[in-house]
Amino acid sequence: MAVITFEGVRKSFGHNGGGFLALEKIDLTIADKEFVAIVGPSGCGKTTCMRMVAGFEFPTAGTVNVDGHRVTGPGPNRAVVFQQFALFPWKTVSENIALGLRNKGVEKLEREKRVHQAVELMGLEGYEGAFPHQLSGGMQQRVAIARAYVLEPDVLLMDEPFGALDAQTRTTMQEELVRIARRNPRTVLFITHAVEEAVYLADRVVIMTRRPGRIKEVIDIRSVRTAEKWDKYERIEDVMDLESFVHWRTHIWRSLREEKSGQDR
Amino acid sequence: MATAQTTALTRFQTLFLGTIGILLFLGIWSGLSLSGLVPKQFLPTPFEILSKFVQLLSTPFAGGTLQEHLLSSVLRFAYGFFLGAAIGIPLGLMMGWYRLLDEIVSPIFDALRFIAPIAWVPFAALWFGTGIGGPILIIFAGAFPPCLINAYRGARFVNRSLIEAAQMLGTSNTRIITEVLLPASTASIVAGLRVSAGLGWQSLIGAELIVASTGVGFMMVQAQLNISTSIVMSAMLAIGLVGLCIDIILRWVEAAVRRRGLA
Repeated sequence: MAVITFEGVRKSFGHNGGGFLALEKIDLTIADKEFVAIVGPSGCGKTTCMRMVAGFEFPTAGTVNVDGHRVTGPGPNRAVVFQQFALFPWKTVSENIALGLRNKGVEKLEREKRVHQAVELMGLEGYEGAFPHQLSGGMQQRVAIARAYVLEPDVLLMDEPFGALDAQTRTTMQEELVRIARRNPRTVLFITHAVEEAVYLADRVVIMTRRPGRIKEVIDIRSVRTAEKWDKYERIEDVMDLESFVHWRTHIWRSLREEKSGQDR
Repeated sequence: MATAQTTALTRFQTLFLGTIGILLFLGIWSGLSLSGLVPKQFLPTPFEILSKFVQLLSTPFAGGTLQEHLLSSVLRFAYGFFLGAAIGIPLGLMMGWYRLLDEIVSPIFDALRFIAPIAWVPFAALWFGTGIGGPILIIFAGAFPPCLINAYRGARFVNRSLIEAAQMLGTSNTRIITEVLLPASTASIVAGLRVSAGLGWQSLIGAELIVASTGVGFMMVQAQLNISTSIVMSAMLAIGLVGLCIDIILRWVEAAVRRRGLA
């Protein structure tokens, strides 16, 4: 069980006149095993939302709860996948994946077994002894996802995880994430600025306004996906061709564009 | 004319120009000495110093041969240097992590580090006389600050997301220091060790001029009392060579660390 709730969350940075208001009136409940994507113009505070669930930042007002407990700091029940991977350069792939288990006190044999499972799940066989800098960006992000999944966290927090990857690698990773998420569902909060990615992956898409970020619209993609049977299609491009997909993608695009043009003025 | 900033020299040119510089220096020196413009007693020729240097390797002076004095100096240096590193590096890393410790230690440290190592000599002499403790304290005073400062700066400038990644994986504070801050600061720490070794070695000789009963510094004072310029200058040569060796070793360590991608 892992339910995430934002209640009347406000967040400002800095103080003494130099500060600014980043988020305002954020009320959102993410159900257990639900996959929610947040999209919004850059600087709207979507990453800050995720960081407050991770326990890296704290709301200025209001509360962020996970399972009814106020978040007081980072912890392994809320695993994070960072945009820039944040792998430890001096540790091998296996050592990076194993660190969280070691911290939990999982015994060596059990640890090796679970690291091996995570390596298999992410298609990293043969790279266990490699160092991060020897891997491509896509492979590094696989390691980061394996490092998060191996902990079997209640909540998975992903901060533009595919933003630093090239288009083809990104597509592969999106398909894999869907495959993994179906096999092994978790409560996921996924931050992105890529609209298609959000529609393809999420159960619900939250659209945010420009700064100070507020929730503008929440779109239930899951009911569309079920009604239109998106899951029949293996490949991302087939889903993206569907009329219902195009409809919602365009809807979100327009909604975001309003925010962006407002910003330019 | 091309300036130092704009011209790239080949390896050969660099070597060639360097050699010309050294030869010119030795030439003028020999000229001054041989011409009698400066009394030979106060400025022996380079060759005389070299032969004195070789002679000192087998003939004892002030209680030992040159290498015996050097060994005793190097040992003192090693004690002070390792003590400085053994306290400075962990303390610096911890100050980089624990805000409270930083606030407590920084003012004391900032006040003490402006006392030059050589200014500790009278204090060290009062406390330890000519024993081993005095020189070690003085080298420590030279070697400790760069170790602490570089470990501290290394720890403070570690990529924020690496620390956050370690935290979300449930890593304890101690383990974050040893498994994240230490490896991430290695390059900075090794650079600090180089500065620290240089300062430590320089302060050691200063200390030995006053508080030691063996060592190259002590040997120099004895030679000065005997008005033996060639021994004084041989000892200076030895100090320079050993200092260079220490730096070469640490430079090699630095390069090895960088090659392993720990930077």
